[in-house]
Amino acid sequence: MSNLRSNLTSDHNVKQLDTERILAEKAAEREALKESRRKERAEKLKERTYVEEFDRGVYDIKNPNTYEIMLDKGLNEEIVREISSIKDEPDWMLEKRLAALEIYRELKNPNWGPDLSELNMDEIATYIRPKAQMESNWQEVPDEIRKTFELLGIPEAELDYLSGVGAQYDSEVVYHNVKDYLALQGVVYTDFESAVEQYPEIIQEYFGTCLKPTLHRYSALHYAVWSGGSYVYVPEGVHVDIPLQSYFRMNAPGAGQFEHTLIIVEKGGSLHFIEGCSAPRYNTINLHAGGVELFVKEGAKLRYSTIENWSRNMYNLNSKRAIVEKDGVIEWISGSFGSRVSMLYPASILIGEGARSEFTGITFAGAGQTLDTGAQVVHKAPHTYSAVETKSISKGGGKAIYRSLVQVEEGAYGCRSNTDCQSLMLDAQSRGDTIPTIILKNDDVDFGHEAKIGRIDDQAIFYLMSRGLSEEEAKAMIVRGFAEPVAKELPLEYAVEMNELINLELKGAIG
Amino acid sequence: MSNMLEVSNLKVAVDDVEILQGIDLEIGRGEVHVLMGPNGAGKSTLARTIMADPQFEQVEGDIYFEGENINEFSTDERAKLGIFLTFQNPLEVAGISVEDFLRTTKIELTGEDISVIKFKRELKGHMQDLDLDQAYAERYLNVGFSGGEKKKGEILQMSVLNPDLVMLDEPDSGLDVDAVRIVSETVADFLSDKNKSCLIITHHSVILESVKPDFAHILIDGKIVKRGGPELIERVNDEGYNWIREELGLEKVHDEVLD
Ligand SMILES: Nc1ncnc2c1ncn2[C@@H]1O[C@H](COP(=O)(O)OP(=O)(O)O)[C@@H](O)[C@H]1O
Ligand SMILES: [Mg+2]
Repeated sequence: MSNLRSNLTSDHNVKQLDTERILAEKAAEREALKESRRKERAEKLKERTYVEEFDRGVYDIKNPNTYEIMLDKGLNEEIVREISSIKDEPDWMLEKRLAALEIYRELKNPNWGPDLSELNMDEIATYIRPKAQMESNWQEVPDEIRKTFELLGIPEAELDYLSGVGAQYDSEVVYHNVKDYLALQGVVYTDFESAVEQYPEIIQEYFGTCLKPTLHRYSALHYAVWSGGSYVYVPEGVHVDIPLQSYFRMNAPGAGQFEHTLIIVEKGGSLHFIEGCSAPRYNTINLHAGGVELFVKEGAKLRYSTIENWSRNMYNLNSKRAIVEKDGVIEWISGSFGSRVSMLYPASILIGEGARSEFTGITFAGAGQTLDTGAQVVHKAPHTYSAVETKSISKGGGKAIYRSLVQVEEGAYGCRSNTDCQSLMLDAQSRGDTIPTIILKNDDVDFGHEAKIGRIDDQAIFYLMSRGLSEEEAKAMIVRGFAEPVAKELPLEYAVEMNELINLELKGAIG
Repeated sequence: MSNMLEVSNLKVAVDDVEILQGIDLEIGRGEVHVLMGPNGAGKSTLARTIMADPQFEQVEGDIYFEGENINEFSTDERAKLGIFLTFQNPLEVAGISVEDFLRTTKIELTGEDISVIKFKRELKGHMQDLDLDQAYAERYLNVGFSGGEKKKGEILQMSVLNPDLVMLDEPDSGLDVDAVRIVSETVADFLSDKNKSCLIITHHSVILESVKPDFAHILIDGKIVKRGGPELIERVNDEGYNWIREELGLEKVHDEVLD
């Protein structure tokens, strides 16, 4: 990769001096811009006041709810057709939507897990088009929307350490850009609507084959009303050395966000994809039911990192699934913060010999929250490997439940699977629980499962306080240490963000 | 009043059971005191109560530090005054490296920012004194440490945080001969600063040869029953506690284990 980059420069030797000057100018401009944004961000963060639940600083910025199109609340065929026609979709996509709607109507809410009865689809607007076009230059994005992303630090991240960024606001992607040198190698990173238009054969071949609409009620819903999301294609042997990021922001109250993410990493390629999500707090119920389909081909490697930070009015019923071929590797890094209810169990289907899945996740449930999260792995081929390491934290009466599935099929001999889930309760009102399901259909499996549920240790707090830390700092340090195995898997900037979120959660809620 | 620490008529209970039954103790600046007594006498309870361990309830009495009554001070406030306790059984804190932990606490205590590089250098010096290798700083606090590494870690923290009053709760238990020597020398060196005061709890004479206490207090069944100087330490080391029990008309204990 870096090889290729240096080739490109040496080919253009003549221009080099000029380029350097321009680059230097740009860098200076960038620094000035970043500095002013940093200040603004710091101001916003300072403005936090502790009301009702608590203020989540920049995450809580609400923009006036102006939009170009907002479809009626509720869900019916007319609405589905309208979404499709707004997007000017090919017929085959409309048919998939309508078929999914049928499935949605037949499926019920799951009879296990958190209570979803409060979620009423008649009260949810499934499609909201912001007043914005898709842009590849931040300056072209409408002020108010751009400001939100700036305060969330997205454009900076792009300048500093990402090779491409996508930004979705409510139902539509407003910004998308990928570094030229990747595009030159055939890497595609675009919003999902553009992908449907530009790569219809590929999308038709892959769409809905990994994550099926029949999986559960909200994956059916997702396929009926999906909007926005990202498509990434990494050609054979190409290593995307710097992460790509998509950021999903929900601004409108009483709305749903249903972005679709489809990633294909061809044979021997590699990619790190980062997904960030947030929404301001409203009193109405919002729904997030995104769909993620990942295809990891032979010997390819994909790392999929997520930090979700939803407001407390959000039902986060997200589905993520990866199919991994021979010697391929999927790595999930998952941070779940906020939401009223989350049900999120990323799945890895290991279909090729020697395929691997590693899942590292952290979940933080505060007052009034139920975060039911976990991981699933299906070993379908011999000598496949899976590892799951999760940490759940609960506080102020919150519930953090780890729910998992490990399934090893008959022919999948010589597999190894190891699970380690730990749960830390910060007070007596909170609840941590682990609900593992293990299905082993052959006995040539090296299997390990460890679960530990415990309350924060008063003596450890005393120990740290005896060195001069306040009670709050001592607790934060213990929680940070507990989260460290996840933080160390994240790029530095995201690890810092995660620690900020932990501090915010610890300070915030009552109790 | 020149006492650094003054404890008067201190009564401490857990679940309504009185463990300490009216303790008086005065430690002046620059003084080294040893607290001796059989297992379960209440030695750790006294030290931990001075540090405001929430599991112990101070039902009566007063604790003064530098003349100020600190009964209502929280643990961290006491630490900030310059009081320090090495734990008999240090706790494990996963995910936090020794170095990060100590730099964070040092900044918290002094209120001054210390650069990572400067701190690293200082830490390295203290670690060398204690014969701890460099990897030690990167390890998570007490996680998977051997008994010796934990005890040395407590002394390392003392050296780095530089408190005025150090309470050492069995800093020499479970250590091999070399480790006892290293810990003893480090503590003695620390106390060569005559502004420091020390309360040491120990069952062994080796560390006392370096640290050289000025005073000894014998704690039995929650009461300080005897006080004296170095000669008292010697006699306890030779004969145990039964002669004191006899003096007090208490029942003798057989096969007393001094550890
Ligand atoms: N948290 C506690 N709950 C109940 N009893 C305790 C607790 N801590 C200490 N004790 C009791 O108090 C007494 C003194 O303990 P300790 O101070 O540890 O003794 P020493 O350090 O002298 O060996 C013992 O009988 C011990 O069992
Ligand atoms: Mg003790």
